Amino acid sequence: MKVMTLNFLTCAVKNCKSSNDSFPLHPKEAELAKDDIEINPQLLINVLPRIDWAALRTTSTELGFPTLPEQPPSPEDLQNDEALLKELHELLMETQMMEGKLVCGHCGHEYAVKNGVANFLLPSHLV
Amino acid sequence: MLPTPDTSHVPYQRVYEPAEDSFLLLDTLSSSSETAFLSSRFSSPTSSSSATPTPLVLEVGPGSGVVIAFLTAHASTIFGTPHVLTTAIDVSPFACAATNLTVRKAVTENLATAGSWTSAVQGDLVTPLRAGSVDVLVFNPPYVPTPDLPAPPPTKLQELREKTTFEEDSHLLELTYAGGRDGMETTDRLIEALPEVLSQRGVAYILLCAQNKPEEVKERIRKMGSAQEGEGEWKAETVGTSGKQAGWEKLQIVRVWR
Repeated sequence: MKVMTLNFLTCAVKNCKSSNDSFPLHPKEAELAKDDIEINPQLLINVLPRIDWAALRTTSTELGFPTLPEQPPSPEDLQNDEALLKELHELLMETQMMEGKLVCGHCGHEYAVKNGVANFLLPSHLV
Repeated sequence: MLPTPDTSHVPYQRVYEPAEDSFLLLDTLSSSSETAFLSSRFSSPTSSSSATPTPLVLEVGPGSGVVIAFLTAHASTIFGTPHVLTTAIDVSPFACAATNLTVRKAVTENLATAGSWTSAVQGDLVTPLRAGSVDVLVFNPPYVPTPDLPAPPPTKLQELREKTTFEEDSHLLELTYAGGRDGMETTDRLIEALPEVLSQRGVAYILLCAQNKPEEVKERIRKMGSAQEGEGEWKAETVGTSGKQAGWEKLQIVRVWR
């Protein structure tokens, strides 16, 4: 699963939805793979407004990527910042989490990631 | 006619094979009226420097992946921009794997018009998603009326593996069509989740059959509340049909938006 998806996925447990701790989920024992995709600056600029930047910073650090700037860049800044464009492209569009777990910071539930697919089906006692 | 994605790699003994309902979704979503609606809602203004946030397009229960692969591969034609992110959620690990492959193949064959595929996620309807995250939602539900709803896949059917038993395959296929009472038990749960999961500009396309009592379903949707105030009234209109059979529409696609 692409790292991009971690910016819109959250804990599937109903009671966790209202907690700030349930987002973003925390990768654990993550095995990553990299797709080779051509960079598309305009796509990244358009994606930017729908990104939760604070969550992306957390994800980036937890996966061992360089620390992102504290504030999101403006579209103009991003357009002229080749290094940041490249970093975001690699993190959001190219990096896949193939194996590992995604952990909810609120309830502690661990979602398994296998063969690049995260399993959000809950055991019956959590539904 | 836009080309239909290749699904020849999909194991149809345990994943729903594209059928009349899937093709009605392809025809409806690529019709001139729907592409005009979607383009006006989601494509960036051509002469302005201000960015339009990239929409997130989700298919719930993609099965083979034929519909979400079609939407991803032909994003420019359907949404007026290739800058869309696409994803899918299915309870079956086999459907998730099939969908990932179907979409990747379709994208490779349509690089000039394709959007950005993220990944298929295994889950129950939209429960793994953040509130307000979905801009376009497509659902071809298990709509056949049945006495009971099948049980969710047990733990050992939640993982991809080489061999499954005949009973396990039957269970997985039952999950693709059996809709319980009025064929609406699963669809009703999805509809209930719409105010929470759709963005303000969000739109959902839901397929219904005649036994689902579509007129009543649309009435219920129009009376739904909003997650937040000031988000506008819900609208629900039929935007595609399989044509009349014995005087009534067999299948139809309902567009839900506000």
